[in-house]
Amino acid sequence: MSTLDTSAVQPARSTADLRRSCWRVRHHIIDMIYAGGSGHPGGSLSCTEILTTLYMSILRVDPAHPDWPDRDRFVLSKGHASPALYAVLAERGFIPLDWLPTFNRNGSRLQKHLDMHLVPGAEASTGSLGQGISMAVGMALAAKVDRSQRRVYVILGDGECQEGQVWEAAMAAAQQQLDNLIVYLDYNRLQTDGSVDDISSLEPIDERWRGSRWHVQHIDGHSIEQIMEATAVAQATLGQPHIVICDTVKGKGVSFMENRYEWHAQSLNEQTYGQAKRDLAAVEEAL
Amino acid sequence: MADTQKAVATREAYGEVLVELGRENPSIVVLEADISKSTRTAAFAKAFPDRFFNFGVAEQNMMGAAAGLATTGKIPFVSTYAVFASMRACEQIRTFICYSHLNVKIAVSHGGLNPANDGVTHQATEDLGIMTTIPGLAVMMPADYYATKALVRAAVGWHGPVYLRFTRDPVPIIYNPDDEFAIGQAKLVRRGQDVTLVTLGDMLHTTLAAADALAHQGFSADVIDMHTVKPLDAGALLASAARTRRVVTIEDHQIHGGLGGAVAEALSENLPTPLRRIGLRDTFAESGQFGELLHKYQMDAESIVSAALSLAG
Repeated sequence: MSTLDTSAVQPARSTADLRRSCWRVRHHIIDMIYAGGSGHPGGSLSCTEILTTLYMSILRVDPAHPDWPDRDRFVLSKGHASPALYAVLAERGFIPLDWLPTFNRNGSRLQKHLDMHLVPGAEASTGSLGQGISMAVGMALAAKVDRSQRRVYVILGDGECQEGQVWEAAMAAAQQQLDNLIVYLDYNRLQTDGSVDDISSLEPIDERWRGSRWHVQHIDGHSIEQIMEATAVAQATLGQPHIVICDTVKGKGVSFMENRYEWHAQSLNEQTYGQAKRDLAAVEEAL
Repeated sequence: MADTQKAVATREAYGEVLVELGRENPSIVVLEADISKSTRTAAFAKAFPDRFFNFGVAEQNMMGAAAGLATTGKIPFVSTYAVFASMRACEQIRTFICYSHLNVKIAVSHGGLNPANDGVTHQATEDLGIMTTIPGLAVMMPADYYATKALVRAAVGWHGPVYLRFTRDPVPIIYNPDDEFAIGQAKLVRRGQDVTLVTLGDMLHTTLAAADALAHQGFSADVIDMHTVKPLDAGALLASAARTRRVVTIEDHQIHGGLGGAVAEALSENLPTPLRRIGLRDTFAESGQFGELLHKYQMDAESIVSAALSLAG
């Protein structure tokens, strides 16, 4: 079993700590989308564990030096999950927590789809699906040119995999043997108009990526331990880019959102906000 | 005066200067979509294999990867044909390169009708219009071998994304090795008083031929090489138009968007002036020999002369 080197992030966090961070992040997501009047709650909640674990345990980044040239890069290719990224960047210290309530407001640095020049720690202005992963390929190539050990991490959406450009990127990454590229697929199986399988299925998903010459792992995307274990295995495996297919629940943590595609992009009202907060608090208490 | 007997495709000049620049600047990387022999990036690939990436027939990912490379401080030159860059990868240029103002140099061959017998699928006749509409993108087409080397060098020093359009086929050498070029600064190649002929790229030669023909009819022309469509050198345009009071634009492109559009916009807002636009008149062309295409689609020297004379009186 591979052990993840978490020394990049100090102080090192325990799994219990990380779990608590995840639920704080979920609170931030719900608060932001309620205050901002709109946003993408379902897909932000589904990738919370992946994003939190990345920023709290895995990424070699320094909030005090967001432009450190040899830092790891993270690209949120499913750019609509920006509330999750903002929440995690705030928890990690890249941006102040008091920016979060400005989400989606006129003149805010925290726009609905993130602008890399407005947010310290953001590496790409994503929102147009299928493009972030291409940028990540470019960043990974740059690291190879520089003979650097830095890595590039990506969160990809499942609906997003319907874009042809994703497969161009997959082919290029395999061809160039970008083993410094680690992609997490947020496989919540739902998109805007319904289920992925009903609209344009990605199955058999493991074989599709394996056939594209990627190193494939398939895990529970809400298990911090499995995320860390899979990342360690990916980091130790050379010669191929890596995908970690993460089984997730869209809207995870909020009872009326879980597995409901309608909550891909929706605003919250007083009632739904209140219920969501109670749901999250109940889980937090149990931790 | 320059050796006008010699003609060289501007894509050749691009291939050469890219190798020179690669030697001078270790940050330069080159991205290609399977046609390096044609775009002439093959020479760079041979000289600097560690800095050359062939993405195969996959322009959208290539453009996105260029954006990613630019975020790390590299200076990516991305090459393919103008049709594919400007249209297949249009959104990638707009949203990933230009919206974030990333330092990518889009350097593409086969601009205009110049690819001739390759036919409509390979003729880029809308690209200048499309690219000019994207905020923050500098758009240019050098007229000859020396202009190309100078403007590609200028593009390296330019802070931000650039679209450079080259020819497939040889174009006459018009400039000298020590002629200086700056992005956004037009060159007044000939001075006259009766009409302003504004052109760029492979049409400079044809425009000069038209100016000669006009001169024989006692009608003298300012010839402006507006190699940069955006940022347009409105100062040079208006100074000339103020004297001649007649403007003809000539480009290897549709009359919509592109140079004709940019000049019409600048004139209408600042100095309304009678204008004729030479280019494809809202039509696709066809496969054919370049000179014959220019004639058939009323873009040859004769057509320019007629347009200029139609403004007389």
